[in-house]
Amino acid sequence: MNSFAANSFDLGTMDALAAGNTPLHRLDARAKLLVTLLFIVTVVSFEKYSVSALMPFVLYPVFLIAAGDLPAGYILKKALWVSPFALSVGIFNPLLDRQIVLHLGEFGISGGWLSLTSILIRFALTVSAALALVALTGVNAICEALMKWGVPRPFSVQLLFLNRFLSVLAGEAGRMTRARALRGFRKRKMGIGTFVQIAGHLLLRAVDRAERVYRAMLCRGFDGRIRLAGHSHIGGREVFFVTAWGALFALFRLTNLPVELGYLLTRIIE
Amino acid sequence: MHMADALISPAVGGAMWAVSGGLIAYSAKKVREEADDRKVPLMGVLGAFIFAAQMINFSIPATGSSGHLGGGMILSILLGPYAGFLTLASVLTIQALFFADGGLLALGCNMLNMGFFTCFIAYPLIHRRIAGNSTDGKRIMTAALLAGVAGLQLGAFAVVIETLASGISELPFRTFVLLMQPIHLAIGLVEGTVTAGIATLVMNARPEILATAGQEAPAGVSVKKTLLTFGAAAALAAGALSWFASADPDGLEWSMLKTSGKEELESGGRLHGLLDSVQKRTAFLPDYNFRKAETAEPGAGQAWPAVDKGTSAAGLIGGLLTLLLAWIAGLALRRGGVKSLSRYNRP
Repeated sequence: MNSFAANSFDLGTMDALAAGNTPLHRLDARAKLLVTLLFIVTVVSFEKYSVSALMPFVLYPVFLIAAGDLPAGYILKKALWVSPFALSVGIFNPLLDRQIVLHLGEFGISGGWLSLTSILIRFALTVSAALALVALTGVNAICEALMKWGVPRPFSVQLLFLNRFLSVLAGEAGRMTRARALRGFRKRKMGIGTFVQIAGHLLLRAVDRAERVYRAMLCRGFDGRIRLAGHSHIGGREVFFVTAWGALFALFRLTNLPVELGYLLTRIIE
Repeated sequence: MHMADALISPAVGGAMWAVSGGLIAYSAKKVREEADDRKVPLMGVLGAFIFAAQMINFSIPATGSSGHLGGGMILSILLGPYAGFLTLASVLTIQALFFADGGLLALGCNMLNMGFFTCFIAYPLIHRRIAGNSTDGKRIMTAALLAGVAGLQLGAFAVVIETLASGISELPFRTFVLLMQPIHLAIGLVEGTVTAGIATLVMNARPEILATAGQEAPAGVSVKKTLLTFGAAAALAAGALSWFASADPDGLEWSMLKTSGKEELESGGRLHGLLDSVQKRTAFLPDYNFRKAETAEPGAGQAWPAVDKGTSAAGLIGGLLTLLLAWIAGLALRRGGVKSLSRYNRP
């Protein structure tokens, strides 16, 4: 399978995962969205050398993946796929910040390595939590939550439409590139001229499709508003979910549990 | 060019969220005022088009590397700046959610870097002024090239500023700028060429698409209005930054130290005093012993206080143990009570 087909195949996977039916799936999207945003803000609020203090936060993505019955390997693979940018900016830290700040026995670790580790841990935490959120909730429910929070309607409607047509146009683009690949000879890579032709015709098809969609919507009584059959509401579970995780994040942020644990353990050993 | 959550501080992310949120609200209002229902599906499908077109890689001549379409410019040309910005913002949101391409907290930064500069600066101030409603191929190419380059240069510069203000990366300003700007000059030229090519193709095949888009788009965003908006956004960002920066001492001060040699700008007032005391209290947190180390003067002989080896070892052991505990908790959750009724097939 070429990377294009793999990518567009991927679009369906997240929706399929979101169709699951665990207690976490049934939770109102607003609660999950709020806690995940809180999680991300807390994680990135640590100072740049924090490593051990970030460890307890692993609990949240692990909880989402385990309790939501998500495939952990798949989420991790997706996170790895996008890591190059974080790595490329962080990789200079060990070169630029060489002050030794940590000793493990005779072995000294420079600040740069420590901050790079911190960046990579933050990256893994925030990305896996965000991916788990979408895999548990689905874009439609997230849009619904955004609408209830008062995000301007044109934007949330746009998100719904985009999500709906993503796989359609991705499939069309996939067929066009495959057709080109089958008819091309040894020159495997697409040149800029061919790309413009393919993208241009894809655009023309997209505009035509939009016109057909619009007429079909008019036939069904479209008046500029999209109505969602909302069925979730904020209940006791949601309040508990938000307060419990909020309290845990506060605890993790204000105390360095791993260091305390380590002290306890070394004292016991001694 | 998608920024990740791991590289920005909450202050920068929050400020950029506020700015981009304002831009979305304003654009949504403008789109609603146009009251053109036809645009609703058109925006959705064009957003999906950008997505699909970004998945197709093409080779860039003479470099051997491959590029893809950014899309802000072509969206503005087809939909006008407001609907174009909304569409691009939605594409970035879906990318952040589905592909983790650019984080959720960094979403505001990404909307500003890739959406604002192309849709609200490069398109109305450069592209529309040069291309107008002209059908001349050379004019269209010049307009698209200049606008593409300008949009990407501004966006790349914003990435540098946001990263520096967050203080997570060690890259000094000069190095980072010298890395980012030339790369994005090349990307901007490619983007401009592709945009011009697609615009010309559409103009030849279906001129009415561009004609209606031109009519519906407001006659062009005025320079004064744009500058005012941008000024207000910058003021908001600066305000939010300075507020958070005091409460969270590392980010901004650190980058100030790196770029200007001074750790803090002089400031007074009660708010600052209050935040100072908060800062002093939070400094007692057992985050290794780095707080002391960071405020120490870099040049002094005894710069780095003796590192407490006990703390370091405790941190390492405790950290590993915490990971193990979290892993066990996950296993227990999965094996134990949580019954899944899901009917999907695992990939």
